[in-house]
Amino acid sequence: MSDRKELPLVGQPDSAPGGECATCSHRENLVQLGINMQDWDYIVALAGNPNVGKSTVFNALTGLKQHTGNWPGKTVARAEGGFQFNGKRYKIVDLPGAYSLLSASVDEEVARDFILFGKPDCTIVVVDATQLERNLNLVMQVMEITDRVVVCLNLMDEARRKGIEVDDRALSRHLGVPVVPTAARHGEGLGLLMRTVAELVQGQIKTAPHQIQGNEEFKRAVAELAPMIESAFPGLPNARWVAMRLLDGDYRVRQALESGELASLMQ
Amino acid sequence: MAETKATPQEILARADALKQTLDVTFRDKIVESIYADAESIAAKVVRKAGERQFDLDQKIDRIVTSKVWGLPLMGFLLAGVFWVTITGANYPSQLIALALFWIEEQAAALFTAIGIPWWATGFLWHGVYRGLAWVVAVMLPPMTIFFPAFTILEDLGYLPRAAFNVDPFFKKAGAHGKQALTMSMGLGCNAAGVTGCRIIDSPRERLIAILTNNFMPCNGRWPTLIMLAMLFVAAAFPPSFAAFAAAGSLLFIVLIGVAMTLIVSAVLSRTFLKGEASTFVLELPPYRRPNVLQVLYTSLLDRTLFVLWRAIVMAAPAGGVIWLMSNIHVADHSLTTWVSGWLDPVGRAIGLDGVILLAYVIAIPANEIVIPTILMAYTNTGMMIEIESLSELRHVLVDQQGWTLLTAVSLMLFSLLHNPCSTTIWTVYKETKSAKWAAVSAVMPLSIAFILLFVLNQGAHLLHAVF
Repeated sequence: MSDRKELPLVGQPDSAPGGECATCSHRENLVQLGINMQDWDYIVALAGNPNVGKSTVFNALTGLKQHTGNWPGKTVARAEGGFQFNGKRYKIVDLPGAYSLLSASVDEEVARDFILFGKPDCTIVVVDATQLERNLNLVMQVMEITDRVVVCLNLMDEARRKGIEVDDRALSRHLGVPVVPTAARHGEGLGLLMRTVAELVQGQIKTAPHQIQGNEEFKRAVAELAPMIESAFPGLPNARWVAMRLLDGDYRVRQALESGELASLMQ
Repeated sequence: MAETKATPQEILARADALKQTLDVTFRDKIVESIYADAESIAAKVVRKAGERQFDLDQKIDRIVTSKVWGLPLMGFLLAGVFWVTITGANYPSQLIALALFWIEEQAAALFTAIGIPWWATGFLWHGVYRGLAWVVAVMLPPMTIFFPAFTILEDLGYLPRAAFNVDPFFKKAGAHGKQALTMSMGLGCNAAGVTGCRIIDSPRERLIAILTNNFMPCNGRWPTLIMLAMLFVAAAFPPSFAAFAAAGSLLFIVLIGVAMTLIVSAVLSRTFLKGEASTFVLELPPYRRPNVLQVLYTSLLDRTLFVLWRAIVMAAPAGGVIWLMSNIHVADHSLTTWVSGWLDPVGRAIGLDGVILLAYVIAIPANEIVIPTILMAYTNTGMMIEIESLSELRHVLVDQQGWTLLTAVSLMLFSLLHNPCSTTIWTVYKETKSAKWAAVSAVMPLSIAFILLFVLNQGAHLLHAVF
């Protein structure tokens, strides 16, 4: 029933990257995820809740005319495009809209697997400025998987119209990652978004993502398991998250651990 | 522990042991923590200047999703889209047909003049090209109107409201409310609708949605339905009222499709795919003003041309097959005559005939070419005939082939209910990874079509005999 098979297991710890290109993190997995890596310097994933203007951001960045629709579930498969910025070529992969990455449905799993196993150089999480609270759920889940996150605070025009003010600097401070306010429909803020992504992938911006707090029980269990995972897979960027998923009984993550797929994610 | 490297097995064992110590609601605890963090951050950075601002959206929603007005409004909007499509597409269709068939004549004459053998000219121009010309003439104008109109509804944010309105029915049927969204996609293309079922979380409900998507007529079937509505339904009413009646009959067909979807979903969820309907959160997005230029651009390029291209790719070989079948003679009759003769008893039993069934077999790759194929087999001239006006078309069907309103209704129902096209069946296979479900998705609707039409027609004959 699921698309699991289309996202192949890698299972070759020896073939872990680190060779050809120091900045582009994870070519092999990306190639196996169906990404043509020729001609691209960086891979950028585009995530977000359904219906936050993600496809509009994608189109605005790439100049492609992917159909956008005002209803959840428009983008069920992955769309790809690219842009150039300061002489570097960025490939953007538009992921299906998802409310969470706890992989309840196939489209959420597609998004999750891409961010986890594809290890994009940067993940832009598009959020709806008028529904910030609900959208932050996904941001926090993405930030547990990767620290290379830029939040695109979209639909600022709609927020203004509704008299909602969002303090993007404060938000950035609380989240520990860059936040760029945009109104993608009118092209507002997209230049800054590209520049921020460029600075992030080149290491000029360092992030310190907010971590999910949780109750005492949660903290205790994660605090016990995460160091174990870290010691087994030094350099794994998301040991905490893996621990969380294992405690939740996530079959896919379990499988990745057993098959060695997880090991290939070490930096 | 931290000094020696743990093996994956050790980690998993530790995780399992820890899990034992955790509350069974651990996942809920994670989700709660995330929500709590989100709430506290949002509270610090968001400032609202008065809540009253949301009122307009809410007022509209109160009408659009109201228990009283929601469903009638939906029907009205859908009928409106059909009406605009029918009224607007009629004239351009005829113009395009004229132009394309003129090209065919000129080209065929040129081929003959320069001494190219008749069979090559016939196969190429009267077979392949004519198939293409028909598809373009019949499909392009309605699609150029239907898709943008539908896209505007989509961009406005109407579809989730529609899904909300029909959710109670799906719940009763044991299916997922989001199925209404995948059905809307099916109105464009069933293959897209089947892929769209990925938005449904539960495998059981997703499978139900996949298997029933075919009951939404796709744009390959719209031309057949629209033509029959115009020829037989509209003709039964005075001209000033004809377009309304035709649009109404199309709406009726869609409603039958919805009813079939619900019935089949209910049966499946009580038999082979047992289970309760799962709850879900459906977001009602804010209404947004559609960007008209972009709607035109994307719906014309992405959908109209894409779909048309697919139809053309499918129609060209089908046109060739039809030409060959009608021109290869075995024992004094063309292959078309033979095969349709064999199929005739089956066809008659369900109110159709052998030719129509043959057309449906040839049209398995693309439903778009059903009507051209039927016409060509009827006229038996060895090529798809050109019909320049609807009255001529009516003449062929009614006076020469003895079609009645019952034939038209049977064909409309068959078009709605029969098996999906090969692309859709293949998509079902890809999405379910199961040849069994792919087969079910084809055989089940076809059986339903046969049974329903058999009952309808035998019932009609019985009534006719009694009164």
